[in-house]
Amino acid sequence: MVGKIHSIETFGTVDGPGIRFVIFMQGCILKCKYCHNRDTWEMTSDKTATVPELIKEIEKYRTYIENSGGGVTISGGEPLVQAEFVTELFKELKKIGIHTALDTSGSFRINDQIKELLKYTDLVILDIKHINNEKAIKLTGLSNKNNLEFAKYLSNEKIPVWIRQVLIPGFTDDVTDLQNLKKFIDSLSNVEKVEILPYHNLGKFKWEECGEKYELEDVSSPTQEEIKKAESILGI
Amino acid sequence: MNFKEWEGFKSGSWEQEVDVRDFIQKNYTPYEGDSSFLSDATKKTKKLWNIVLDLYKKERDAGGVLDISDDIASTISSHDAGYIDKDLEEIVGLQTDAPLKRAIMPAGGIRIVEKSCEAYNRKVSDEIDTIYHNHRRTHNDGVFMAYTPEIRAARSSHLITGLPDGYGRGRIIGDYRRVALYGVDFLIQEKKKDLVHLEHSNINEEIVREREEHSDQILALEELKVMAQKYGFDISKPASNAKEAVQWTYFAYLGAIKEQNGAAMSIGRTSSFLDIYFERDIKNGILTEEEVQEIMDHFVMKLRMVRFLRTPEYDELFSGDPVWVTESIGGMGIDGRTLVTKNSFRVLHTLETLGPAPEPNLTVLWSTKLPKGFKDYCSKLSIKTSSIQYENDDLMRKYWGDDYGIACCVSAMRIGKQMQFFGARANLAKTLLYAINGGRDEKSGKQVTSKMVPVTSEYLDYDEVWEKFDNMCDWVARVYINALNIIHYMHDKYCYEKLEMALHDQEILRTMACGIAGLSIVADSFSAMKYAKVKVIRDETGLAVDYKIEGDYPKYGNDDDRVDSIAVEIVKMFMNKLKKQPTYRNSKPTMSILTITSNVVYGKATGATPDGREAGKPFGPGANPIHGRDTHGALAVLNTIAKLPYKYAEDGISYTFAIVPSALGHDEKTRINNLTSLLDGYFAKFSHHINVNVFDRALLEDAMEHPEKYPQLTIRVSGYAVNFIKLTREQQLDVINRTIHERI
Repeated sequence: MVGKIHSIETFGTVDGPGIRFVIFMQGCILKCKYCHNRDTWEMTSDKTATVPELIKEIEKYRTYIENSGGGVTISGGEPLVQAEFVTELFKELKKIGIHTALDTSGSFRINDQIKELLKYTDLVILDIKHINNEKAIKLTGLSNKNNLEFAKYLSNEKIPVWIRQVLIPGFTDDVTDLQNLKKFIDSLSNVEKVEILPYHNLGKFKWEECGEKYELEDVSSPTQEEIKKAESILGI
Repeated sequence: MNFKEWEGFKSGSWEQEVDVRDFIQKNYTPYEGDSSFLSDATKKTKKLWNIVLDLYKKERDAGGVLDISDDIASTISSHDAGYIDKDLEEIVGLQTDAPLKRAIMPAGGIRIVEKSCEAYNRKVSDEIDTIYHNHRRTHNDGVFMAYTPEIRAARSSHLITGLPDGYGRGRIIGDYRRVALYGVDFLIQEKKKDLVHLEHSNINEEIVREREEHSDQILALEELKVMAQKYGFDISKPASNAKEAVQWTYFAYLGAIKEQNGAAMSIGRTSSFLDIYFERDIKNGILTEEEVQEIMDHFVMKLRMVRFLRTPEYDELFSGDPVWVTESIGGMGIDGRTLVTKNSFRVLHTLETLGPAPEPNLTVLWSTKLPKGFKDYCSKLSIKTSSIQYENDDLMRKYWGDDYGIACCVSAMRIGKQMQFFGARANLAKTLLYAINGGRDEKSGKQVTSKMVPVTSEYLDYDEVWEKFDNMCDWVARVYINALNIIHYMHDKYCYEKLEMALHDQEILRTMACGIAGLSIVADSFSAMKYAKVKVIRDETGLAVDYKIEGDYPKYGNDDDRVDSIAVEIVKMFMNKLKKQPTYRNSKPTMSILTITSNVVYGKATGATPDGREAGKPFGPGANPIHGRDTHGALAVLNTIAKLPYKYAEDGISYTFAIVPSALGHDEKTRINNLTSLLDGYFAKFSHHINVNVFDRALLEDAMEHPEKYPQLTIRVSGYAVNFIKLTREQQLDVINRTIHERI
């Protein structure tokens, strides 16, 4: 079985605990206006790898991973697009005792394949795109229904989760929305960490390289005060 | 021997003969705790440091050099005592009679001294002019009398560069601790015994040289006492307390830097040695922790003020006024105890009490077995100051034991038992171009090496080019070692380091420390030939001047064995060629993969290369990939570097790493944990060296525009640290453009 890979980062330090070997999968079903990896959207890729090839690669970084209490994170793109492949990979990683993290938007309906995958997942890093459905559709092109259902499923299954909210001035920083998000998070039983990711436009050039217009041209990054305010609402 | 100054120390063979290691092993106290015991800077320290900062500013405002003592050829005792502020200084002693006033040392080369003086609108005195032009030959003159035409050609075409033929060679570490432990009289007595051993029945040239050198060493030790006397100290006897131990050690080092303007004047491995004295004084209620830190701060302040007079051309190569006062810290003993002491923390803590600084060149000898508290303190300071380099003690201990130190950037040597003949480096990227062009220079078109058959095909063939490269390396290795043999013969003859060598044993190991630059370019070039197609573009005379790459190829720095194995092959091949050459004083050839900041200048002097690098563009520093080619993240590069075999590069393999703080983790605790894990993982793979920089690109860009806001901004470049604002603009841009690991 072959996975479509966008790129690899050998020294990931923010997507899960410790030092992470991060695999960015190719392909995404969302169309987030603020996406900083625009080039990962397409479903096709020249770059592929098999599970044994990736395991061999990951083994080279084992000392770093073990020293730091780290592991492997699958990100993207949207890893659930290739859920079967990721399941195979995670199965192998669990066999050799490596911590697995899935960085996802959870925008898929839970099916058997995803249930199987989550059996081998130690941590889910879940992006809540927007707590308000209308705004979610506007921002990402998709309803947040699956996104929130996914979170609830993880809660029921007691799979540890880190919740992430990208803070975009004028888009995701509304006080009521954040308060509602807080309520939602409080209703979950498995949340280890809540993170605010301040929006930045450093991924803009990738849109241009893809020949696409970057809609958030005039949006600036949130200020320290705005970040602090959002964090206090979310109880961080 | 028994001195009353040794009261409270455990005895050992160190009392009978010079053996500092034995003294350390019998008496030191390993420290396994964390940094919470440390004290802040005292009022006195802050006051004194402010005076120094003010002097720095005056020095910068004056164009880089505050003053020159241009009428005295410096010797160990040539200058009167000098002070910053006598009432505030716990540790005294300056190179000349005033702070930051630079001495001249014409024995290395009068022309360089004259040129340096002229650059700052000064002139050497008539007397010095007369002596060194008419009566006393210098090292520089000697070398050029003996150089052959092929050496001159290789040198002026930048095939072999940075040779210490016009200035002091440096990279020798005197065991300055000996003066504190034994006092000078005991050392003289021991040297006199050595002279008796050198009374052979048949005196040959070698014995004559040794006898003369030993007599010189004794004179140097006598002179050192005179120098200390000018400051009111009698150092004929051992130091009786910790403050004296620091003062005696510093005097010994000061003598060396008054006598020699060496390319790198490293101090050795002093902090855990000094800790023994601090522990004794603290136990006896003589000193408090605050006072101990004060003494260390004042000692380090002196090391930060070491200055040499150099030409603007030299600064272009090694920018930022480096002197490589390298202090080696930590490591493990061969008995399994850590050599980390409280004083290992204190010397690093000066980065907080006095703020960041490039000197002394703080070098942590890392072992995966170091105490966690120490590892994390190192990581914390690296993140905060970018002022520390790390070298693999688990690797080097097997080669050099547990009392070695680092000279300059990455050159390990057993202290007091080993020295090196510094040999700068050969430009391997240019060597490859010469192989393709049959020995003609790709820029001037001149025939530099003996005539060889050039490559004439339209596309480069891996096997053909490798064979020609191999042959060209034979030529380069031979001419290179010939040059070094001449240089070090003349240096010993005209510019002998008599004080530094007085602080060595009689029998020493000498290495002939060669080096290479451009490794990643050559590896990538061969990878391009093998995995893509490289089309040659020639000018009307048939000279290959550019290359066009068709297709993609695996690039060095991504943990890809297809190309990394080529790099390993190049290292082994060139080292094996060096080994074959006869060397001066039977020195052992070694090799480094190190460029310091000269990667920019090498790049300028080298035409387009078959890896696709444009003419004139900088090399990667040391063993680094060319910037931008490492695309798999920080650890992939580290794995590539770790593959380079230390066995074939015993003079060190330098890697410079830069990362933005946020890419190390969200918060300080995570960042420290990740950096410590990174270092543990890297060194567990038998890699040798890493410079750690943690900074944002925006900060450096701002510092380029507003240098006055960043007087102490320090960054690590290949093998040393430097005040960022003292780099040339080109070098600043090179640092900023280099891969800074981040993930957006």
